[in-house]
Amino acid sequence: MAAAAAARRLPAASLRQHRPLLLRPFASSSGDQQPITVETSVPFTGHKIEPPSRSVETTPSELLTFFRDMSLMRRMEIAADSLYKSKLIRGFCHLYDGQEAVAVGLEASITKKDAIITAYRDHCIYLARGGNLVEAFAELMGRRAGCSKGKGGSMHFYKKESGFFGGHGIVGAQVPLGCGLAFAQKYIKEGTVTFALYGDGAANQGQLFEALNISALWDLPAILICENNHYGMGTAEWRAAKSPAYYKRGDYVPGLKVDGMDVLAVKQACKFAKEYALKNGPLILEMDTYRYHGHSMSDPGSTYRTRDEISGVRQERDPIERVRKLILSNDIASANELKNIEKEVRKEVDDAIAQAKESPMPDPSDLFTNVYVKGFGVEAFGADRKEVKAVLP
Amino acid sequence: MAAALQTAALLSASPNPIDSRRFRLGSFARSLPGTRASFLVVRSDGSIPNSFTASSRSEKFITNAVATKSNAPASSTASKPGHELLLFEALREGLEEEMDRDPTVCVMGEDVGHYGGSYKVTKGLATKYGDLRVLDTPIAENSFTGMGIGAAMTGLRPVVEGMNMGFLLLAYNQISNNCGMLHYTSGGQFKIPIVIRGPGGVGRQLGAEHSQRLESYFQSIPGLQMVACSTPYNAKGLMKAAIRSDNPVVLFEHVLLYNLKERIPDEEYVLCLEEAEMVRPGEHVTILTYSRMRYHVMQAAKTLVNKGYDPEVIDIRSLKPFDLYTIGKSVKKTHRVLIVEECMRTGGIGSSLRAAIIDNFWDYLDAPIMCLSSQDVPTPYAGTLEEWTVVQPAQIVAAVEQICK
Repeated sequence: MAAAAAARRLPAASLRQHRPLLLRPFASSSGDQQPITVETSVPFTGHKIEPPSRSVETTPSELLTFFRDMSLMRRMEIAADSLYKSKLIRGFCHLYDGQEAVAVGLEASITKKDAIITAYRDHCIYLARGGNLVEAFAELMGRRAGCSKGKGGSMHFYKKESGFFGGHGIVGAQVPLGCGLAFAQKYIKEGTVTFALYGDGAANQGQLFEALNISALWDLPAILICENNHYGMGTAEWRAAKSPAYYKRGDYVPGLKVDGMDVLAVKQACKFAKEYALKNGPLILEMDTYRYHGHSMSDPGSTYRTRDEISGVRQERDPIERVRKLILSNDIASANELKNIEKEVRKEVDDAIAQAKESPMPDPSDLFTNVYVKGFGVEAFGADRKEVKAVLP
Repeated sequence: MAAALQTAALLSASPNPIDSRRFRLGSFARSLPGTRASFLVVRSDGSIPNSFTASSRSEKFITNAVATKSNAPASSTASKPGHELLLFEALREGLEEEMDRDPTVCVMGEDVGHYGGSYKVTKGLATKYGDLRVLDTPIAENSFTGMGIGAAMTGLRPVVEGMNMGFLLLAYNQISNNCGMLHYTSGGQFKIPIVIRGPGGVGRQLGAEHSQRLESYFQSIPGLQMVACSTPYNAKGLMKAAIRSDNPVVLFEHVLLYNLKERIPDEEYVLCLEEAEMVRPGEHVTILTYSRMRYHVMQAAKTLVNKGYDPEVIDIRSLKPFDLYTIGKSVKKTHRVLIVEECMRTGGIGSSLRAAIIDNFWDYLDAPIMCLSSQDVPTPYAGTLEEWTVVQPAQIVAAVEQICK
């Protein structure tokens, strides 16, 4: 992800080579692989497990990548907001701004072979997994160039090649799917893990505990991440859960509480979780995060919480601002350079929207494609093998 | 392609069957142990393998409803003797062959592993394949069905067993939204080659909650395929086909049919998931049925033959999609249709089938389509009441007499 993100900044010529560390336009005299140690904002809290250390190692280039990726996600979600208001996006649109640190931090700690599955607030995780901005906007607008060919919509982004399994509309149903992915990973024995993301609202679903029980029983490499943004649709967590300590809800499954607005903390926790899960089975991570928008575009987001609360979090805990401060205080780049990155990102998003708008709507015949795998896929034959009854294409 | 065949057949209304079809005349063995069933394989000949030619006539077949040993003609083209087994053993054989052949096939369900399966379908598989391929799940249908679907998304081929089909109602969300729709909503990225199987139907005084017929609930889920097996022969063939299929398939078995005994071929065979089975060719009326009702129909057919009727009995097997090609050919021949099913009257397979036949074959009908289904009541415990909820052979005879008036 770092390479791809950094590659986007460069002119096309240098994209031919995919070097792990690409030249930054703002090179400083010290190398940008120089490790920097940062302390997370708050220490981790563990439930039946020894939490990892607060000190996270990072590099200047990684911090800049974080900044750029999160700005891109923020910009994409805000652009989606205005597209929705101009009725180019219809139906349900659940925006992720405020929670970018979880997507970016998670991605920084794993490989594309690991699997991620999430619910309907999936635009940014799709992007983090290598999703294409044009395809994302096209899918939101229901165009043929969309990542699901316009047939899925906002809640059904998938990217099979990079291990992103969606994109699910029914609250909580993705967690058993995620444990199934972990089961397959254990079956195929490739040393990969699955991260199944869900929200504080879904944490009260029974199927979650069922899946957790089975995962713990069978030692599956499944990590359940509760993105606790404190509101399940319009209901605050203290009104929905008797025990809002979601990381403790696994009972016999250990848990870790992480500041989800601190991208380095997220990265540290996920790295730790992956190592743990490969050896010991499931783990629960609770990411303490916040969404600035309402539950979806049909929800103003201010009837169940105060505007002061929203702006308070934005001022004190915003993930992008935190990384910006880190970059500035460590002299990695100047404020001007960061502003330029933001301008670039804005332009990139605008270009992508323009390109997506040009994509046509799906053809009427697309209504019937992909209902079944083509040709039903089975060859039928009789006992004497001479008589093949139906070889379907 | 099957759909294309059916459409082509309908549009052209050509009398020539365009692919080689095997017509099988099966006798039935009810749950009486020890009743031997012999079957006669009749093939439409003149066909070149692997190609579609206008093969025409079939060989002479027996018009008796029940073929007994003495009736088997010398012109039988049956293959080697084969081996005899019960239906649950046939399912197990199919499952085992597929697990041998493909290491990605795994089984998950309650009590399928160490216990051997509550109906012994998976007996012995756990010791042979180990705990990772034959998985005992806790009683959590919603999540283990979801896990099966998640595993299928990566390319594994799980076979999920519901101990009783009725329990799968707890997993309905997973089956409908994830299993059926993921191929579509992901734009074709994921395929879900899962098989969901289990016994359903009205048993012997099992009570309302354990006598459910889920085919009517699942039938409108897009993206799902449904088949119902009724004999050891088609049970094994359909199980193998379902596992090999890249689509999610729900295989409906019946609690009362597990002990049916039949002789099946030794050689490997895979049946077509979308094809219906001609049980007894006839001239006067087409009786469409599936699963256990097939045996009630054949019993009624015995009475009908004695009364001079010649019913054509088709086991539709494929509940979604319907094999409108075979059904249509039959309707065009007999012009009268009776549907006998175990589903409830409201919203059952029969009502969809009736609508499909009316839509496609209205001009060929000489009488209204009759549909005999179970009563719209929860299945009672008392034996006599339970008998009255399900269609009995006497009612089938009466219905045929009424249609053929």
